[in-house]
Amino acid sequence: MTPATATPPRARTGWRTLRSLFATPTSTVGVVIVGVFLLLAAIGPLVVPYQPNEQLLTARSQPPSLEHWFGTDRLGRDVFSRVVAGARDIFLLAGGGTALAVLLGTLTGLMAPTLGGWWDEITFRLYDTLLALPALLLALLILGTIGPSRSSVLFVIAIAYTPIVARVVRSVVLSVKTRDWVAAARLQGESLVWIVFREILPSVLPALAVESALRFSYAIFLVASLGFLGVGVQPPAPDWGLMVAEARNYVFTTPWTLAFPAAAISLLVIAVNLAADGLGRALQGETR
Amino acid sequence: MTTPSGLHVHELDVTYSTAPGTLPTVRRATLHVPRGRTVGLVGESGSGKSTLALALLRALPENGRISHGHVTLDDVDLTRLDPEALRAIWRNQVRLVPQDPLPAMNPAQRVGSQLAEALEPEDPRKADRAAIDAVLTNVGLPDPRRIKRAYPFELSGGQQQRVMIAMALLGAPSLLVMDEPTTNLDVTTEAAILDLIRDRVRSDDTAVLYVSHSLGVIASLCDDVHVLYAGEIVESAPVEAIYERPLHPYTAGLLAAVPRLDGRGARHPLRAIPGRIPEPGARPDGCSFAPRCPIATPQCHAEVPTLTERDDGRAVACHRADEIAAGTIDPLSQADADGERTPPRPVPLLEARYVSKTYARPSLRPFSRTSRPGVHALRDVSLDVPRDATLGLVGESGSGKSTFARVLVGLEPADDGTVSLEASPVPARLKDRPRALLERLQMVFQSSDEALPPHRTVHSILARPLTRLAGIPAHEVDGHVTRLLEAVNLPPDYATRQPRALSGGERQRVAIARAFASQPDLILFDESVSGLDVSVQASVLNLLDTLQRRHRTGYLFIGHDLAVVAHLADEIAVLYLGTLLERAPTARLLAPPYHPYTEALLAAVPRPDPHAKPVRPPLEGDLPSPSDVPPGCPFATRCPRPLGPTCDDEPPPLRANAAGDHQVRCHIPLDELEAMQSPLVDARDGSA
Amino acid sequence: MTRYLLRRIAFLALTLLLASLLVFTITNLLPGDPARIMLGREAGPAALAEAREALGLDDPFPVRYVTWLGQALQGDFGTSFTTGEAIAPLVFERLGNSMRLAGLTLLIAVPLAILLGVVAALHANRWPDTLISVTSLAVVGLPEFVTGLILIQLFAFGLGWVPANASIAPGATFAEALPAMVLPAITATLVMLAYIARLTRASVAAELTRPYVRTARLKGTSHGTVLRRHVLRNALLPTVTIIAISFGWLISGLIVVENVFNYPGLGRLLTFAIDRRDLPLMQAITLAAVTVFALANLVADVTYAILDPRIRLA
Repeated sequence: MTPATATPPRARTGWRTLRSLFATPTSTVGVVIVGVFLLLAAIGPLVVPYQPNEQLLTARSQPPSLEHWFGTDRLGRDVFSRVVAGARDIFLLAGGGTALAVLLGTLTGLMAPTLGGWWDEITFRLYDTLLALPALLLALLILGTIGPSRSSVLFVIAIAYTPIVARVVRSVVLSVKTRDWVAAARLQGESLVWIVFREILPSVLPALAVESALRFSYAIFLVASLGFLGVGVQPPAPDWGLMVAEARNYVFTTPWTLAFPAAAISLLVIAVNLAADGLGRALQGETR
Repeated sequence: MTTPSGLHVHELDVTYSTAPGTLPTVRRATLHVPRGRTVGLVGESGSGKSTLALALLRALPENGRISHGHVTLDDVDLTRLDPEALRAIWRNQVRLVPQDPLPAMNPAQRVGSQLAEALEPEDPRKADRAAIDAVLTNVGLPDPRRIKRAYPFELSGGQQQRVMIAMALLGAPSLLVMDEPTTNLDVTTEAAILDLIRDRVRSDDTAVLYVSHSLGVIASLCDDVHVLYAGEIVESAPVEAIYERPLHPYTAGLLAAVPRLDGRGARHPLRAIPGRIPEPGARPDGCSFAPRCPIATPQCHAEVPTLTERDDGRAVACHRADEIAAGTIDPLSQADADGERTPPRPVPLLEARYVSKTYARPSLRPFSRTSRPGVHALRDVSLDVPRDATLGLVGESGSGKSTFARVLVGLEPADDGTVSLEASPVPARLKDRPRALLERLQMVFQSSDEALPPHRTVHSILARPLTRLAGIPAHEVDGHVTRLLEAVNLPPDYATRQPRALSGGERQRVAIARAFASQPDLILFDESVSGLDVSVQASVLNLLDTLQRRHRTGYLFIGHDLAVVAHLADEIAVLYLGTLLERAPTARLLAPPYHPYTEALLAAVPRPDPHAKPVRPPLEGDLPSPSDVPPGCPFATRCPRPLGPTCDDEPPPLRANAAGDHQVRCHIPLDELEAMQSPLVDARDGSA
Repeated sequence: MTRYLLRRIAFLALTLLLASLLVFTITNLLPGDPARIMLGREAGPAALAEAREALGLDDPFPVRYVTWLGQALQGDFGTSFTTGEAIAPLVFERLGNSMRLAGLTLLIAVPLAILLGVVAALHANRWPDTLISVTSLAVVGLPEFVTGLILIQLFAFGLGWVPANASIAPGATFAEALPAMVLPAITATLVMLAYIARLTRASVAAELTRPYVRTARLKGTSHGTVLRRHVLRNALLPTVTIIAISFGWLISGLIVVENVFNYPGLGRLLTFAIDRRDLPLMQAITLAAVTVFALANLVADVTYAILDPRIRLA
């Protein structure tokens, strides 16, 4: 039932969505943590005490202290500075790859079912085939072939997640396409592109927002896993997964070198999931 | 007292706890359903009738709660029972027949086990099979073996509801609650189910509470009626009394708002009830109906009237009931449309000739290339749609009526046949139609939920056709939007709203305004008022009438409710399984000779008049699948006036009367039909 | 039903064919020269040409693909660039190890996840639900390599219950291999657990609100019987699909887990192959994994069809 009193003018719906992100304590925590990480990624390198690859030969394998909050590793690198520097990488690679996937997935997911016929068939046959390979397997295959580099990690994330985003978008488009208001728009001579972008896209946005957040959390995982397996970002870059891999053999002597990057990954992934959860609930209420 | 007393509901309050807060949904409901009687509970959507029905069974969803009052069944207070005792009551004493039978059955279990569970909840295998077979046969399912082996989805809608009724009858309940059991069925199926309820369900031992929004159904079925408005019972009376002389202004308004088959010809304005039902939690002070009541006094706005029993045994909750009973005041609002008019002689505007459409049904599963047998949605339909008049198109689901509209506007291209507008051919595909043509043909759709794009404002929805089709310059658009809103009786500030902030009736008004924006010559209405409540439907029908006169627009008005269509249409065409069976001016269609199908449809229309008993037995059997249309007459499988093999094998001819304005597709000549039929619409119907 | 089965199998074949084309296309996009990668920097032009000839690298792409696919269909994946051994026996042995680990993981994860999901749904928005969803969310955040390392710390080095290095002697029986598999399986379980539990909860919770549940209750059927006979039967149906989808996760997860524990499975072999840029080995491993994944989906679809009369009888 529609509340008789609600009269939300268009401009305010976005604001309401944003506000409802903070509706529950858990989603608030998620959003705040993601915000802190984002801030660190943006300004972190300016405020951290050391360069990420700066080796302090006098301070190797130091436990956490006031001087080195997260301690130092075997080579005398400040773990805190490296974790903060790694945040920027994560946002650039996982975030950038997700953004690319969302963009490509949305465009193809919107257009293929709208154009129908062979467009739809070919696009989604390709996507189905890509989805026949689990994400990490696909990533390893591609990286194993073209060789690891930061741009190839970005590219791999985009390839791996575009089909999933496109599928989500397509399912919404298909359910919306048969609505009467789409038929009404066609009867008024509206073009396909206009209908897709002005009338269908807004209906896709809620599902897309939640999906993007989820994809981002998976992408963080993927980047970290690739780093850990040694096929992602290469040493000596301060990649979180790579740092865990480098630290695993010294877990008795310098456990902090493993604990802090691992905690960073977990914290960010959990925070993104919490935020996605809140976003999903908020937008579900929006669209009913 | 020695005889069990049936169901007593005393001052029942039901509240729902929701995110915004506690919603009082039913307030101080008091009613009595004696054994052996059928009691109707009538109300529009949002009146709380289903909530009340579930509450008295103690079957409310988890967030619902009985916060005050008692429900006693044969002197046992159900509100005080612990879960174990309540379960015994559920098992042995009460049954519910829900509105939608399919979701009410376990999709993965055979019908037989679900029926058996009603007898032996803990061990269905022990159930008495003979008893199940007997009940199934009794509810008109003559092949119990087949039914029991079937899964719910394998049965037709009518069969599903018969199964639910059989399930309810197993164990001979002392209370049977039926919650709109026929609302989602086709008219002819509904008539058959109502017949079943009348003849087989009612018994001396059972108290039946029948919940419905339809005054026609209630009139034909019930002994007593309770009228529910905004969660409160506003009037209770024996059925004859309430239809003869309603004492509450709301009851009077409801009765006056129903379009009737009255043989008075097309269109006298209906009396609509202005406004809408208040939301629970947003009720006005005083009488809940006061804001919509034409005779409300300051007292009505301040004091809540109580349901008071009167000397004649009736009860009504209205401050002015005495005046209404005495006849010193008229409880009806004035009709909001101009008086009657004589329809102009229809001049063809749009001509459809031999239009055929077959859907290749896609497979049920994704990625499949194999298609199932095609559905013949339309077979050689030829119809003229008049200028400045209304052609009504009537049919049940699967008749092809919506497909016909979609073919005309170009949303679906026809396989065969031609469409021409004022003798110039109209391209079949929408993309081949020039804008000047789009401007002239518009359509209003069925569902008010889907009618408008949810993310745009009313202003932007209306402005778009104004600029694109009507060519209004940008600086004049605002004025035109305001004028369009005024034309459909909506305040100008609605322009800033999004569709979700509108009620169903308001959304449909905006959709109508959008269709009129380009000043078309012809508007197609596809079941555009079916989803609306009676009181709202009446005002939309009046609006359509007014707009037609003002703009001289032709209408193609599609519906399944013959009474509604007959109210608006100058001419009516009847479709069945994609074939045109009859076409005539409205008054002529309502009088013999009828096509046997039209005859059955007319007989099936439930009338809001307890004296109008069904004239003929309803149709046997179900509508054949549109993918499996009989080779001869499409209606042959169900026709009550069959001639024999001719009907089964040969397509019947389209016969016309001498004047040429009445066509019937039947093997029986018109004069013979007329001789064997009696009028189904008499003047009594319209006397209210 | 038979037609449905046949169509699903045909669909499986098409998917595998397209996937093989994709795999082959990706590995042939290599910006380097496979022959040089195989022979190393100091190889002379003559040797390179000879190797190219032997590998068929001079043939056009479609010819190479068809030849490769034809041999693969006969179980011949060629020889490894690095070791010079036949690939097929190696891959099958490792695949066997991985399948054992996957089987053990599913054995632990699926019943546990379904149990948690059902319990959460039945206590929706009360403390068991909150506890389960918060815990599963926390588990979701932990990458396999972190959980794996923590578990090794605790149970191998700390308590000494199981070996830290999950190596298995070739030809070891399931029982012999079990101690080495326990930690990897638990680690992989944690990956899937939250996902399956969460979707099971949603499915059961949705089913509980369906009208037919009310119908059953109003017949006087007891709460437990309603759950057993009606709710779970329908709610667990989608879980079949969920498990199949999460099988993809499991494959990804196992690649990491096997590397953490040095478990001699397909995932460990894949990182080895990538390290050595051993293209034929990479292709074979990927194809094997894709086939297993596709088969899992097929099994899920067929199970679903058998359990759901609406598909079975259509």
